[in-house]
Amino acid sequence: MARRGGAPEVSAGSMADIAFLLLIFFLVTTTIETDAGLDRMLPPIEPPDVDVIIKEKNIFQVNINKNGQLLADDNLIDLKDLRDKAKEFLDNNGDASCTYCKGKKNPESSDNPSKAIISLKSDRETKYSTYITVQNELVGAYNELRNREANRLYNMDFVQLEADYLNPETKDKLDEDALEELKAKVKRIQELFPQKLSEAETSSSN
Amino acid sequence: MSKFAKKKDGELPAVSTASLPDIVFMLLFFFMTVTVMKDSSLKVKNELPVASEIKKLEKKDRVITIYVGKPNREYEKIAGTEPKIQLNDKFASPSEVGDFILMERAKKAQELQNVLTTSLKVDKDANMGLISDIKLELRKVNALKVNYTTGSGDAFNNLN
Repeated sequence: MARRGGAPEVSAGSMADIAFLLLIFFLVTTTIETDAGLDRMLPPIEPPDVDVIIKEKNIFQVNINKNGQLLADDNLIDLKDLRDKAKEFLDNNGDASCTYCKGKKNPESSDNPSKAIISLKSDRETKYSTYITVQNELVGAYNELRNREANRLYNMDFVQLEADYLNPETKDKLDEDALEELKAKVKRIQELFPQKLSEAETSSSN
Repeated sequence: MSKFAKKKDGELPAVSTASLPDIVFMLLFFFMTVTVMKDSSLKVKNELPVASEIKKLEKKDRVITIYVGKPNREYEKIAGTEPKIQLNDKFASPSEVGDFILMERAKKAQELQNVLTTSLKVDKDANMGLISDIKLELRKVNALKVNYTTGSGDAFNNLN
């Protein structure tokens, strides 16, 4: 008997089982990565050759003790107030040399955003989560000030500008000139409020 | 009574499962694209803190990861209960971090060796002492770019 009607149909009933098997394999062997965080630069280990003299009023000292309490410029403050305190310090403009600052021009506080340094010190027994919260607040203070300037100059948030600049997809979307322009914008805002956040070595508690 | 009387035998028509493979394949492709292979199994508790001012870590090939946290229950006997550093698949002491970074750096392509970021995935209950030891080691081998990898959320949630 010659076959008519072509080849017999292959049963596709087990296809779902095979696909499920693959699916479960991938579910087990892969993870969804958490791939975001706070970027920081550590100071190089060799001290600079020349000792730079920094006025004490240009340093905003933040100390965290082992119980998670916060000492900012010798005052015990609440973590929630840290961001505003840091902003006030950075934006102070003590010697009136900063044209875009809106601070109080308090002579006891920082001269200029480019001179203002925030120094963060923690205890060896400080919990990591507290440390991250403090870091987050300090970076947040910088970001808020940078956002303010970016909005004034380019009608755009700095965070957005920087995210665009760092995103690898932007390279394909923009041509060379636009990319250069974006880079210049990011650089300019960064220079207005340079992030000078020093992480001193932790002290051991007694 | 002729044409329509046929279906009265009470049986439900079977639901067609012909599209089931398509649905499962769709799920499969979703998971294949959004996840990455585990490169090392975690031997430490690794509950990351959250932060709001975070930046994305682009380009996986430029990242070296260091895990810190309390050893899991099954490793408590050999590693103790204090937070430990995990490099690749084994526990390590802070002094080994420098060598690890140099080794990982040597594995990367020449042009990437200067732009590497060290991602610190630290459990939120770890102490800063260990972290500052790591930071000192990183500074010794000139791996200055670090990323405190966190989840996203309100940073004040860390404190409870």
